[in-house]
Amino acid sequence: MEETLPRIVVEAAAEGRRAVLRGCWTASELAVAASWAAVQTGMKTALQAGTTCAWDLRPVERMDHVGAQLLWNSWGRQWPHTLHASPAQRAMLERVAQFTVTPPRPQRLTAGDRYLRLGAWVMRMESHIADALRLIGQLLLDSVQLLRSPSTGPWRDFSGHLYRIGATALPITALVGFLIGVVLAYLMSRQLRQFGADAFIVNILGVSLVRELGPVLAAILIAGRSGSAITAQIGVMRVTEELDAMKVMGIPRGYRLVMPRAMALAVAMPLLAVWTTLAALLGGMVAADLAMGLTPAYFVTALSKAVKVSNLWLAMGKSIVFGVMIALIGCHYGLRIKPNTQSLGEGTTASVVTSITMVILVDAMFAVVFKDVGL
Amino acid sequence: MISDSAVAAPSAPPIVQISKLWSMFRTGGVEAIIHQDLDLSIAQGECISIVGGSGTGKTVLLRQMLGLETPMRGSVTVLGRPAQELTRAGSASRVGMLFQHGALYSAFTVLENIAFPLRELGGLPEDLVRDAVMVKLQMVGLDPLHANKMPADLSGGMIKRVALARALIMDPPLLLLDEPTAGLDPDSADAFCLLLRSLHTGLGLTVVMVTHDLDTIYEISTRVAVVAEKHVIVNAPPKEVVAFDHPFVRDFFLGGRGLRAMELLHPPPDAV
Repeated sequence: MEETLPRIVVEAAAEGRRAVLRGCWTASELAVAASWAAVQTGMKTALQAGTTCAWDLRPVERMDHVGAQLLWNSWGRQWPHTLHASPAQRAMLERVAQFTVTPPRPQRLTAGDRYLRLGAWVMRMESHIADALRLIGQLLLDSVQLLRSPSTGPWRDFSGHLYRIGATALPITALVGFLIGVVLAYLMSRQLRQFGADAFIVNILGVSLVRELGPVLAAILIAGRSGSAITAQIGVMRVTEELDAMKVMGIPRGYRLVMPRAMALAVAMPLLAVWTTLAALLGGMVAADLAMGLTPAYFVTALSKAVKVSNLWLAMGKSIVFGVMIALIGCHYGLRIKPNTQSLGEGTTASVVTSITMVILVDAMFAVVFKDVGL
Repeated sequence: MISDSAVAAPSAPPIVQISKLWSMFRTGGVEAIIHQDLDLSIAQGECISIVGGSGTGKTVLLRQMLGLETPMRGSVTVLGRPAQELTRAGSASRVGMLFQHGALYSAFTVLENIAFPLRELGGLPEDLVRDAVMVKLQMVGLDPLHANKMPADLSGGMIKRVALARALIMDPPLLLLDEPTAGLDPDSADAFCLLLRSLHTGLGLTVVMVTHDLDTIYEISTRVAVVAEKHVIVNAPPKEVVAFDHPFVRDFFLGGRGLRAMELLHPPPDAV
């Protein structure tokens, strides 16, 4: 091991001082902290010996371009007075000498640049909005076309997406819903018992789960699960030029990519919302039975009295809106992806964050608009 | 490769030694044997082209040498050690690989891409790394102005050159190339060939490449290995391979394209 360590020894020779290099002057050896420090101190002594000092590279076991670069930089980018080196070493040093340049600086931001950046940001936002509007408009036109000739619709794509987005999401939404139901019921049972209002747990759980939590939970889960998948799928199609191939074949991407996904989510989302709500109510029912001794039979009869059916219709209605929104946001970001992997990652993240934010925003709007319905 | 003693050694051990290699793929429950008792030995300083029809496992052979595939049977030894060890840390200083589409990290600039293996070592000062990168960038014939560009802004030929600079940043003794001239226009392909030849002789590299391009084969390779019938049927200098009697060799080298390209055939560059 000792042999490969790069090092410099300054020796006294007949013609004056002589710096002798030994060991492996390669990147991987030089990168070791100890040998780097040793080389630096040796280099300092050698350079202090002045221009009369001769350099002897012949005992060097191996040298690569990084080692040669280090020597060249240490010599102040000029040849030393006396140099003993093998032809290969000399050739390498000559290559390094020929090609050493200062790399161009990455450009600094001036005030003018910042101003232009702001302008570019505004333009980007504008193009975002224009693209989103175009996407919605195209979806409407495509829906009209589908209604005119339903037989030519992309039904195969639709059923595929319905399965992937809806059916395969059943286990995870049920699990999350059930656990949220259990947690809520336990927390509320402690509080309600203080007031002797045990029976009201059915009302509270029923209204909050059916009207708000079920649809929102399902929508957030699907936004994370399928919204990101939609963006990534379409983004990868951009990266691999599949989108261009579709265009060349004259296949409208709005009709074949966006609409089937929007339709599948519009169908799957309300069903998943009901499914999640049922799982959450089941969890609440179990927890209420265990914590407060409310029998499931009582829970079910009280539930039908406490929660009006209009709440369920409201929940399903807004779930359709959530579904279409998640699909459109996913497609929107997917279609904007540029053909490189970084853009793919950024687009997917932006898609998920935007769709979750929009779900909560739209849910709040629904709560305000429909405050007189079902309560 | 630089030390005089290694060059002077009379019978240096082969850089790559493949013996009795079996490769197998399982696709959809169907097992496909790609290589069967494949032997190949590559000596130091060679520039060897691996040719063969589609699906004969040329790229798989390259991936075996890189340790990206596991041999089903047999052994692949690269620089005296099993190829499987190559994927571990520090392999950039042993083998450089130029992937078919460059495989540049698209989130990094050109400079960062080439500097990546050096920076991964840690311990080297930033200005030394930058200088080393700029030298390599110009060695592959690129202008220093391209250093801060992103891979997405480069042309196909430039991507290959940057990828080559990245493969060579640690000065590995062995360079593997997968279809180095595929997807380049004829001018860029010729220029890239010249570059490869100058690096091969200038740096004393051992080069292994998979290619379909007859011009490239005649232009730079010192040996040609033909893969057919699941093993290497012939491994010899280009002139002898052309004379070898086998249906694939006849079609490949002596078809219309082959005869036109053969006009390029000249004495191979001195490698050793």
